[in-house]
Amino acid sequence: MAKVDLTKIKVTKVVDERAHACPGPLIETKKAVASIPIGCVLEVWASDPTAAKEIPLWAKDVGHECLGVAAADGYNRIFVVRKK
Amino acid sequence: MTDNATVVASEKQTAEEQHRTKGVTMVVFSGDLDKLLAAFIIANGAAAMDVPVTMFFTFWGLNVLRRDGPVQIAGEKSFVEKMFGRMMPRGPNKMMLSKMNIGGLGTMFMKREMKKKNVYSLQELVKQAQEQGIKFIACTMTMDLMGIKKEELIPDIDFAGVATFVDVAKSGHSTLFIS
Repeated sequence: MAKVDLTKIKVTKVVDERAHACPGPLIETKKAVASIPIGCVLEVWASDPTAAKEIPLWAKDVGHECLGVAAADGYNRIFVVRKK
Repeated sequence: MTDNATVVASEKQTAEEQHRTKGVTMVVFSGDLDKLLAAFIIANGAAAMDVPVTMFFTFWGLNVLRRDGPVQIAGEKSFVEKMFGRMMPRGPNKMMLSKMNIGGLGTMFMKREMKKKNVYSLQELVKQAQEQGIKFIACTMTMDLMGIKKEELIPDIDFAGVATFVDVAKSGHSTLFIS
């Protein structure tokens, strides 16, 4: 994961996946990334702690980039750049 | 004209070959709620990671593909076929746990916990799987054996036998048998 200041990222879309357990965040992240232009950033909110590990792994696997994970109140904010 | 057709055909073949060399194939034999949940979670996860998934439904697993209510079908069913149709669960909502079912009580509690903990229900997982382009194949031998007709199954599925399964499975990177 690249070292970036997560507070300064311009986010194109936010997906609230706090209501879903595995594999919900993964599926919805995939759909949402496809809906934003290449080079733009998607922010995923997930309360399932595993998602904070799995979404970066997913991004690496399918060829996108995870900029980082920021902890929020009871959930994680995960930032993904659409690369292709 | 002929050249164009050849090009289109070869392009199609390459896409199909790609699909095969990196795909996951699943034999869904079980009709138990817990095993089906695991199978569909893996399938959906793989699809989300751009891994092509093919699910082959046979024996008790075929019941996942059944429509919810009774369906008007053309032609007659034998007595045994009618009994099969009546006694086997119709669709994902009717499946029971393989363990701790306790006459349906365990399944009821499990579903309640799943809702509380935001785990997708089996119906939702089936729907997600189809939306993600996971290929469903119904085993025609099982259909014939149990007297299940095409009209009784959900739309957008394929019908095939063991040769199709082996053909898809042999060049994918893994095959799972859900028993």
